[in-house]
Amino acid sequence: MALELTTAKILLKSASNGNRRDLSKLLTLLESGEKINLPISDSASNSTVLGVTGPPGVGKSTLIGRIINYWKEMNQKVAVLAIDPSSPRTGGALLGDRVRMDSADSGDSVFVRSLSTRGHPGGISSSLMAMINALSYCGWNKIVIETVGSGQNEIKIAAFADKIILVDGPDRGDIIQAEKAGIIELADIVVVNKSDMPASIKVADSIRSALSLGGGMDAPEVVLVSAERNEGIVEMMRIIEDCKTPKWRDRIKIKERLISLWDSRLLSSPKINGIIDDLETGSISLNDALDELAR
Amino acid sequence: MKIVMAKPGLDGHDRGAKVIARSLRDGGHEVVYTGLRRTPEQISRIVMDEDANALGLSTLSGAHDVLIPRICKLLKDTGMGDVMVFLGGIIPERDHEKMFSHGVRAIFGPGSRTEDILSFLDDAESRTDLGKSVGVGNEDGWRWN
Ligand SMILES: Nc1nc2c(ncn2[C@@H]2O[C@H](COP(=O)(O)OP(=O)(O)OP(=O)(O)O)[C@@H](O)[C@H]2O)c(=O)[nH]1
Ligand SMILES: [Mg+2]
Repeated sequence: MALELTTAKILLKSASNGNRRDLSKLLTLLESGEKINLPISDSASNSTVLGVTGPPGVGKSTLIGRIINYWKEMNQKVAVLAIDPSSPRTGGALLGDRVRMDSADSGDSVFVRSLSTRGHPGGISSSLMAMINALSYCGWNKIVIETVGSGQNEIKIAAFADKIILVDGPDRGDIIQAEKAGIIELADIVVVNKSDMPASIKVADSIRSALSLGGGMDAPEVVLVSAERNEGIVEMMRIIEDCKTPKWRDRIKIKERLISLWDSRLLSSPKINGIIDDLETGSISLNDALDELAR
Repeated sequence: MKIVMAKPGLDGHDRGAKVIARSLRDGGHEVVYTGLRRTPEQISRIVMDEDANALGLSTLSGAHDVLIPRICKLLKDTGMGDVMVFLGGIIPERDHEKMFSHGVRAIFGPGSRTEDILSFLDDAESRTDLGKSVGVGNEDGWRWN
């Protein structure tokens, strides 16, 4: 049996022995779509993956900075993947999340990588799964994913995260809209940030009443924090760590994983452009196209 | 290219660095912006975590004299000699040679145009494609200006 040592395998070995440079190089390979079979199949189960999502500018990165500190003090190894959209026109991206994470550069037990959605014809999702697994395998037991959005973007946070924090701020209340996108019922906790601004309290109240109208028994708790002033963070973390994700949400997660893998297979198929051409000229039907792609 | 833009030193202005970061994005690059007042150690760690191809440093404070050689050395010492380093901001003419001697590949003063920086990056990219190093640890002394 030929023992083929791919670059990825070599990097994985060195990364799991604590080589940070090689971990970083491995993540680049995985980001570009390289696949790697990890020795343990379900290695992600050793780690907690926390998704932090919400509208632009509500303070997700600042909050993650606090979360890093919270876990760091408990001697956990924290890795953050912060995803920002890239411009569809130029492919360029400005990744500024780590500016707000004071604690991002604070030592060996914290690793922060910024990612853009560019160069992923099949969406970033399948690369993301591989990156999470690799981090977990290398001993990063707390993994945080930051995404902007409300459930309808290409990154379906529910497909990856064990726990989801949905963040909102005082001047928005956008999250009520997010309810339509279904993300709110996937959240384990709704965090209204910037509690130092009075309008936050109103937003929290209106989210609470919207949730209670929904009548869900296991509606997520709504908490107020100020990431900037470092207020309410410990309470928030306790709630997150203690909450039990209901079974039906596990099912949704599996379903989201399936969908995102399906999407990425579809979009990265070598046949896709030809098939779109055929659809354009009308020489095949949509159903034929799907059958052809799935073959 | 994946480029980390950082601002070493203690001065509190990063307007210039942000403007450059934005124009590099518009030129199709992936730019990681790090914020103010990062130490050389933090900057080299960021470059490592981000697995960046290039590091753009902007300074106004005259701190370049000590900080930039220190950052270049840290990159080389931690196995990142293949990362390209370029400078922006205010660096007196008389210090340019010294900066280049530490492995800096280009210096863009206050009057520089975005197009210049972009064509520098293009140049560097095509050199890399040809297998020539443009990294801070490369000895052959290639420089753009
Ligand atoms: N007043 C107040 N401002 C805050 C708080 N937390 C964050 N901010 C500010 O809100 C702005 C956005 O913060 P970020 O952490 O970058 O928000 P984000 O949600 O990560 O933003 P994107 O990644 O761009 O979507 C910054 O100017 C922060 O200083 C808070 O608790 N109170
Ligand atoms: Mg952010």
